[in-house]
Amino acid sequence: MSVAKILETMDYGPAPEAAGPAEAWLKQHHHKFGLFIGGAWQEASAHFDSNNPATGKKLASIGEGATADVDAAVIAARAALPAWAKIGGHGRARFLYALARLVQKHARLFAVLETMDNGKPIRETRDIDIPLVVRHFYHHAGWAQLIDTEFAGHEPLGVVGQVIPWNFPLLMLAWKIAPALAAGNTVVLKPAEDTSLTALLFAEICTEAGVPKGVVNIVTGAGETGRALVEHPGVDKIAFTGSTEVGRIIRTATAGTGKKLTLELGGKSPFIVFEDADLDAAVEGAVDAIWFNQGQVCCAGSRLLVQESVSEKMHAKLRARMENLRVGDPLDKATDIGAIVSPKQRAQIADLVKKGVAEGATLFQPKAGCPDGCFYPPTLLSNVEPSASLAQVEIFGPVLVSMTFRTPAEAVQLANNTRYGLAASVWSENINVALDIAPRIKAGVVWVNCTNQFDASAGFGGYRESGFGREGGREGMYEYLKRKHTAVKPAKPEIIRAAKAEAAPALAAIDRTAKLFIGGKQARPDGGYSRQVNTPGGVLIAEVGEGNRKDIRNAVEAAAKAESWAATTGHARAQILYYCAENLSARADEFARRIRQMTGVSAATATKEVEASIRRLFTYGAWADKFDGAVHNPPLRGVVLAMHEAQGVIGIACPDEPPLLGFISLMAPAIATGNRVVVIPSQMHPLAATDFYQVLETSDVPDGVVNIVTGPRDELALVLAKHGNVDAVWAFAGDARPIEAASAADLKRTWTSGPVSWFDNTEGEGRHFLRHATQVKNIWIPYGA
Amino acid sequence: MSNVQPITPRVREAAPSDRGHARNPGLAFDADAIDSLKINRSAAERRVATLPGRRTVKKEWQAAWLLKAVQCIDLTTLSGDDTPGRVHRLCAKAQRPVREDLLEAMGVGNLEITTGAVCVYHNMVETAVKALEGTHIPVAAVSTGFPAGLSPLPLRIKEIEYSVAAGAKEIDIVIDRGLILGGHYRAVYDEMKAFREACGPAHVKAIIGAGDLGTLTNVAKASMACMMAGADFIKTSTGKEPVNATLPFALVMCRMIRAWHEMTGYRIGFKPAGGISQAKDALNYQFVMKEELGRPWLEPDLFRLGASSLLTDIERQLEHFVSGRYSAAHRHPMG
Repeated sequence: MSVAKILETMDYGPAPEAAGPAEAWLKQHHHKFGLFIGGAWQEASAHFDSNNPATGKKLASIGEGATADVDAAVIAARAALPAWAKIGGHGRARFLYALARLVQKHARLFAVLETMDNGKPIRETRDIDIPLVVRHFYHHAGWAQLIDTEFAGHEPLGVVGQVIPWNFPLLMLAWKIAPALAAGNTVVLKPAEDTSLTALLFAEICTEAGVPKGVVNIVTGAGETGRALVEHPGVDKIAFTGSTEVGRIIRTATAGTGKKLTLELGGKSPFIVFEDADLDAAVEGAVDAIWFNQGQVCCAGSRLLVQESVSEKMHAKLRARMENLRVGDPLDKATDIGAIVSPKQRAQIADLVKKGVAEGATLFQPKAGCPDGCFYPPTLLSNVEPSASLAQVEIFGPVLVSMTFRTPAEAVQLANNTRYGLAASVWSENINVALDIAPRIKAGVVWVNCTNQFDASAGFGGYRESGFGREGGREGMYEYLKRKHTAVKPAKPEIIRAAKAEAAPALAAIDRTAKLFIGGKQARPDGGYSRQVNTPGGVLIAEVGEGNRKDIRNAVEAAAKAESWAATTGHARAQILYYCAENLSARADEFARRIRQMTGVSAATATKEVEASIRRLFTYGAWADKFDGAVHNPPLRGVVLAMHEAQGVIGIACPDEPPLLGFISLMAPAIATGNRVVVIPSQMHPLAATDFYQVLETSDVPDGVVNIVTGPRDELALVLAKHGNVDAVWAFAGDARPIEAASAADLKRTWTSGPVSWFDNTEGEGRHFLRHATQVKNIWIPYGA
Repeated sequence: MSNVQPITPRVREAAPSDRGHARNPGLAFDADAIDSLKINRSAAERRVATLPGRRTVKKEWQAAWLLKAVQCIDLTTLSGDDTPGRVHRLCAKAQRPVREDLLEAMGVGNLEITTGAVCVYHNMVETAVKALEGTHIPVAAVSTGFPAGLSPLPLRIKEIEYSVAAGAKEIDIVIDRGLILGGHYRAVYDEMKAFREACGPAHVKAIIGAGDLGTLTNVAKASMACMMAGADFIKTSTGKEPVNATLPFALVMCRMIRAWHEMTGYRIGFKPAGGISQAKDALNYQFVMKEELGRPWLEPDLFRLGASSLLTDIERQLEHFVSGRYSAAHRHPMG
């Protein structure tokens, strides 16, 4: 093209990034890769092709990890564990630092390779993905260094199986591997089948850094390889990022195995524009939200919610902006939108858009269109009603759907009208609007006047069916640690089965059949049945209501209605917990007698349990106004507020013993942090909880905050696990498997545990209960006058 | 959009540098249109920080874009020690901004590439006009008590009239920044309107002194007030403020120009000035123009770069493009 001609057109022209070094690297490997197991490259028995989606050309043959390969990798990881733990935090920090440096040193090779393999523009891999990878390793080198002091009392989980997606191949690898290694775990990681190359280059970097053999194992493959890893009995934790559908399968597969699990799944994140927003800024935000990485981003702002008063203006600006987006060669430095990862994914996007148009959405795509092949143009579908499938389904492509709202309250309602809860953007120049709305959106990350911001210091992860667990920050480190087993073994229940202790009352007592406690009222069980509560010797003490699924339903309804409890101040919640303690204290003798009667323990032990229960109520009264969040300082002018938010409605299955302390120890941290609970008390000794009704009633606990349903524990716990309006289930008794399996349907949080030393103050109370009672929401607030 | 009905341009005032755009007649003062403006600084900074990573031009394209930049330069000297000799030299450079052999090598020897204008103080206008006689290069005069803009209003208006009489085809006025900081947009509007009237057929560039305005929102408001009062161009800086042209200022001002175009159908020009000395800087401003405003705003009738040393750096880049060798300043005739 002549200079004179360009002076007329003023086009940008091509600006290709050289692919040479990446191609040379592939050639050096003869375009064929094995598996990285135990620090060495192992031949794979089968291979599959990895293609460049922009050209359709094959890049390399990738080894397909078989079950035996996964096995070998897990064995290698297990073998590496003791030495990796032994070198300590500082030793691991040095390796993580070396990895950060080496990735930085080979940054452009990683970037080009990633772009060739995935199809995303070189601008993104070069300016966003790889720098974030480097930052993640640096940051976690720091956590490794500080592990003994900042995570005292914790130890690594062991061997971690990690399965990552194709949309940010190396970045997701970093998010998985860095915290795992910092905490002292060893890993077996399976990259997505479409995008294995940067993980394989990373394996080389590990060798270059001298990471001990077996600490990092990379087993490439497809779904079957992932399944073998997830189901492997030698794995202590699974960390998965990917689709909600596969997340459910993994939750089901790991149910009852004791494997720790974190899932980072799909989303349909709202992008909310208020009338007082800087609309030009919001338009550019939308570009970063949905046309970043071709919209193949789990937290993509894919649902545009615009206030009616500025809707037309916003849409006009957006359409004009879309005309300037350049779709094409991902290796061109001036490409905004690259290739869709695979033809299959592209077809899926096209189908969903077609469906949306058929359902009545208005389609807009820029005039320029896009190249042939695995490309899809930026797309805006307006007039999409919340009931349309496009408003609910994750498209995972460069497709923005839009709808309008009238008021801030309606914006929140629409934003939360989804099964997902990964992220949200809020655009308003009014600090009151922005900071009021952000906490009300059910999402793990909220960006105020910005979008798709990530940093190693701020946790990332979802609410609801977007998964659980966080990656990044302190909260992310906890996902790779467990509490060290304290020396104290759970006290063996002291049961005096002496006939004397269970002598029947001298007088015929007035019948006191405890009802259920639902919505602040004592309610008769729906089924009209009662169950007997006996002394250890089998003498009837009293009867309690036999709760059934309908009682659970009613209790959950009452709990859900008591939502304002979450907004009650910590100070007020503290007062109520202290009040409970005070009222329990006033009736300490009566409760001790009851415990003795039911369990047969000595008077001293029973008194000790009541005393411990009072203390525990005090503990959580103390915590109620102190479990503060944090302010992170990522590299931007602004702050990230890490807020602790209540899970919502928590279903709790209490252990049989100790009947009062077990109940208090679980109920109190939950309500201290703003949750409402539906408690199934000790099945064997429920009277400690039913006697507590009067304490609740006299202590100003608002209706519906604590609901108690007595009856068959496992059956009722399962109903809770299956209830769509229950946000978390804590099962401290019974079989974990059915609970965890049932939770897969809506991916509710579960906390299952074996016996706990409830009388021990380090194990029976404290921050770990509060952490389970809350989830962290990170609110990004860049500022600037 | 109900509130932004385009107004069909009717009156066309002829002007030498007008290549087909109707001059902005302005609108009646509208306080709401100014008060309602708000700019998110972090978002604006993010946009301009990522833009150089999103757009780039290489090889022939880079050469062409840089040549276009040359055509948009208001080659400027605004020093206390300016003399007719100095201005003569500048005007000669404006006519032949790039070495002929380089232009020939690029195949644009026949395009008569010159800078967009020569920009001087009033007392050098006559000298410059004479030096540029027979060319189409307009002389721009900074005016109205440049750079502070604080002399009595009648004097400022008089100064414009003097410069126009002396042959300036473009007048770069400065607004009273204190009026913006005090929220007196109406006063800014009134003064600007008076300046525009005094300019007559000469095009008026309104220097808002962005670096003095404190916030990007004020930059937006000052831009809007000036366009409302009939500015043909809005310009970032005098070059004498502590902070002069920046990409965030450019972004905000371009977005105001876009808003004005949407509101009225009139195209306003943009001129960043002060501190632009690298070819790469010029390209970044061009990217802002093309991305935020579109192709027409890359031409000198809607885009000027107020600069002096920038030209030498561009020449060096062009020589590198032609020869493949990195160049040095002394290889290019000075202006």
